[in-house]
Amino acid sequence: MVWEVFRQERKGQAFQHAGSFEAPDQTFAETYAREFYGRRQESIALWIVPREHIETIGDFVDELGRNYHRVDGYSLKTKLKEAREQVAQRSG
Amino acid sequence: MQEQAFLEYVQAGGQVETGDEMPGDYRAKLIKFIEMHGNSELMGVLPEREWILRAPTLQRKLALTAKVQDEVGHAQLIYRVVEDLGKPRERCLDDLISGRSKFHNVFHYPTRTWGDVGVIAWLVDAAAIISQKALLKCSYAPYARIMKKICWEESFHILHGRDVVLAMMTGLAEQRELVQEAIHRWWSPLMQFHGNPIPAEDDPMYRWRIKSQGNEEARQQFLDGYVPQILELGLEIPDPALGKDEETGVWHYTEPDWDELRHVVTGHGPRSVERLELRRVAREETAWVRDVMLAQAA
Repeated sequence: MVWEVFRQERKGQAFQHAGSFEAPDQTFAETYAREFYGRRQESIALWIVPREHIETIGDFVDELGRNYHRVDGYSLKTKLKEAREQVAQRSG
Repeated sequence: MQEQAFLEYVQAGGQVETGDEMPGDYRAKLIKFIEMHGNSELMGVLPEREWILRAPTLQRKLALTAKVQDEVGHAQLIYRVVEDLGKPRERCLDDLISGRSKFHNVFHYPTRTWGDVGVIAWLVDAAAIISQKALLKCSYAPYARIMKKICWEESFHILHGRDVVLAMMTGLAEQRELVQEAIHRWWSPLMQFHGNPIPAEDDPMYRWRIKSQGNEEARQQFLDGYVPQILELGLEIPDPALGKDEETGVWHYTEPDWDELRHVVTGHGPRSVERLELRRVAREETAWVRDVMLAQAA
């Protein structure tokens, strides 16, 4: 069974994927995780998860072009230029 | 994905994950490259292992044991990456022992004295970390990720080696001589270590961005970093042609013996046969432990 390892380097930091190892059961898995990813105090905590329990979701289709909830949905440059020109014209 | 599109993707800095589609040639090159790295970590402990029982102090014995443990740990992580690419570890070990796959040239040579142990930990690890740091940018992301941990451990191996060398260089004349002799023995293998100077563009490992730099670039970096450190200790480097062109910043040196490199990595080095035999016997003798443990876990 393949296990994925996520390690936390310092308190407060996010757990990051570090690698994987193979172990037949939980006891082996804990030993290997400590041995491969913690024995030099390089981690303060580890998450280990059997790979088969990880669900990957990677298809994010933006069918409706819903860019209005992102910053890249708002290109203000041209509009701002136009607005400024109008102000200048009105006052000029 | 088409091979050309994939090539452009990785050359633009794109990274690939385990489950992603990849061209067959890319997968094959990855397996070959990463497997040789794993083999080298595993075989690389043997020259140093010979000195654990003969280490001069308890502190050195502990440090050397820990380094050996680290390197075997690296082999575990690296073979795991190869397994995910489709080649099981057992087959990697079969191919290593039967000589079908290779390991780095420097691990085919004998470790004659404690001076060799210091020079290996300092300079062989220094040469290796240059290649490994360049792998932090490998197009295959799972390999790049484990390289972070590996580089971190290698960096204190280098310090351990330099500390061993400094202790000897500040000791007796006999100790200084041991280091000097070791430098003489290791210089040629070190100069061959990064491979022949083919242009990066012609190197398939670079084209696929498995490596992020060419062989000669790595060697230049090694010379730049370590020649001054060797010379400042009053040590001699056995190459009269070695020098740096101050204008271009490029090191020139006597052409390394590429025939020797080929000969050695194809299993004809001074210790190739003995070390592979040791690996074979160790694997056989410990098979029962794996069998018992796995039976219990099942």
